[in-house]
Amino acid sequence: MEKFTKLRATAAPLPLVNVDTDMIIPKQFLKTIQRHGLAKGLFYEMRFEHDGTPKDDFILDQPAYKTAQILVAGDNFGCGSSREHAPWALLDAGIRCIIAPSFADIFYNNCFKNGILPIQLPKEQVSLLMDDAKRGANAVVEVDLESQTITGPDGGEIAFEIDPFRKHCLLNGLDDIGLTLEKQADIESFEERRRLQEPWLAR
Amino acid sequence: MTGPRTLFDKIWQSHLVHRQEDGTCLIYIDRHLVHEVTSPQAFEGLRMAGRKPRRPDLALAVADHNVPTTDRSQGIEDDESRLQVETLEANCAEFGVPYYAVDDIRQGIVHIIGPEQGFTLPGTTIVCGDSHTSTHGAFGALAFGIGTSEVEHVLATQTLIQKPARNMRISVEGALPFGVTAKDLILAIIGKIGTAGGTGHVIEYAGDAVQALSMEGRMTVCNMSIEAGARAGLIAPDDTTFAYLKGRPLSPKGGAWEQAEAAWRHLPSDPGATYDKEVTLKSADIEPQVTWGTSPQDVAPVTGHVPRLEEAADEHRRHAMERALTYMGLEAGMPVGDIKIDRVFIGSCTNGRIEDLRDAAKVAQGRKVADKVHAMVVPGSGLVKEQAEAEGLDRIFVEAGFDWREPGCSMCLAMNADRLAPGERCASTSNRNFEGRQGRGGRTHLMSPAMAAAAAVAGHIADVRSLTKG
Repeated sequence: MEKFTKLRATAAPLPLVNVDTDMIIPKQFLKTIQRHGLAKGLFYEMRFEHDGTPKDDFILDQPAYKTAQILVAGDNFGCGSSREHAPWALLDAGIRCIIAPSFADIFYNNCFKNGILPIQLPKEQVSLLMDDAKRGANAVVEVDLESQTITGPDGGEIAFEIDPFRKHCLLNGLDDIGLTLEKQADIESFEERRRLQEPWLAR
Repeated sequence: MTGPRTLFDKIWQSHLVHRQEDGTCLIYIDRHLVHEVTSPQAFEGLRMAGRKPRRPDLALAVADHNVPTTDRSQGIEDDESRLQVETLEANCAEFGVPYYAVDDIRQGIVHIIGPEQGFTLPGTTIVCGDSHTSTHGAFGALAFGIGTSEVEHVLATQTLIQKPARNMRISVEGALPFGVTAKDLILAIIGKIGTAGGTGHVIEYAGDAVQALSMEGRMTVCNMSIEAGARAGLIAPDDTTFAYLKGRPLSPKGGAWEQAEAAWRHLPSDPGATYDKEVTLKSADIEPQVTWGTSPQDVAPVTGHVPRLEEAADEHRRHAMERALTYMGLEAGMPVGDIKIDRVFIGSCTNGRIEDLRDAAKVAQGRKVADKVHAMVVPGSGLVKEQAEAEGLDRIFVEAGFDWREPGCSMCLAMNADRLAPGERCASTSNRNFEGRQGRGGRTHLMSPAMAAAAAVAGHIADVRSLTKG
């Protein structure tokens, strides 16, 4: 997993609530057996006509936002299906950070497994950043994970909260499985205990 | 922890492998369901790291999302779908994961076959790369959806890194009125608390209305916990649970069953256990529910109307309502009963079980699907289909003009050929009415199986109570 330390990039506004993972990446793109190449399906129905012609008016297709790496969105971002194709598609399109008043649990969790930083902030602060994000080429925002701060285009700072363990993993690009395998002895003794206490669970 | 504990607390504590100082926990996973869409990258990850599944015996795999629901003796026509199913087969063979093939009678939707086989057991932790894993909470199991990276993590370690969720209890008091089902109950709950109402929580459903539900009804309720924002729903196991599980192929047998049942009886929340959030509903207030918009919280009683913009609580809500009404092609304020439909879908992990098909067949019996309406029934598994056919439900449906299909996820998410055309409007027993969910431009109205059958014969959304009373 790629580390996340500091990101200075254009922020794109997506002022919608309940952006669901079907909207982020529709079903026809879930037939892949790979993690890569999903950017073509990102927000597909908002970006392309029924016949596949680009609409060009979606925020990430506008010239000022083509290189955006930060998304500012509404409440309950990433709700619905657990498909990790959603963060994969965002990452493939260059998005490394999403700022919203709230996130759905599974999506939020999936972001951390892919080096994407989801930042939850109070509504008022998100709406300030949303205004900043609407400034086109001037919507450049800096996100510093180490100091847990977001610096707006005018230099205003906003602090954010994040779980210390998740922060540690993102900063260092750590692989969860590797970390867990270090606790193999704990897993083995747990399994042994279970065999005695709940033998009916064996298959 | 001392003092009274909730059902969730008990399961959590009994699965704790390791706890870090900051509260991050490693929890053990007892059961892992695997399907073709969210697993290929996980198996590939194992392969690339040279890892093997720790306990393949605790997993069970099946293809459900991509399978055609028409005759499949000739295999899957769509190249990508076929590749995904073949990849699952090959991965299961390579890594020793038990797998039900597409032509196996036990094949079906993961969340239908887990309980059906007795793979789902009370007090266990169950995961799957699918958000509707919450279904299994009906058995008093802590069951939740995970992403593909976590599928790989479970395969490699049989554990997950988690922080404990908060406890929420939703109590439903009084018997459900005539014509009101488990589906109406969960839609009413989502309408009340919203699609993010349960975020960060595990919802325990309680109260006499919940206790009176069959296992099928309990599964419908827990299934849609995710639409209320909660990763998991729970219902305390009781005699109804044990009667359902006893004798299932993978349930404990003989002395092991006695031992297990005795332990399971200690699972329900202790009297005096406290919850971080409590919500109470009265059954008497609940009518058959229908969604009008593009979020499962956009519900109205069948006797009600599509909301007017001035009823929006704030500007954000008003904006979302406007977008939903435009997408759905509905007029604000119109009666729900005036909404005409083109398609009907009865099935899915929410409502594809035998009881759901019986409910729908009761309404369909002796009636005809309205002109220009295409209605399909997709059983949740091969065994549900077999049971329905043994009861003659298939003949009732076919005589009424319904299309009787092979099992799978089908038009709930439209990954196979079953999908809505742009602008088509569907009465659906599934769980999501998102934009494009059942096909690009398609319009979904969620409701119970009986209500969907009523819509099929009426040609518009109709109050099932007027059809079943007389």
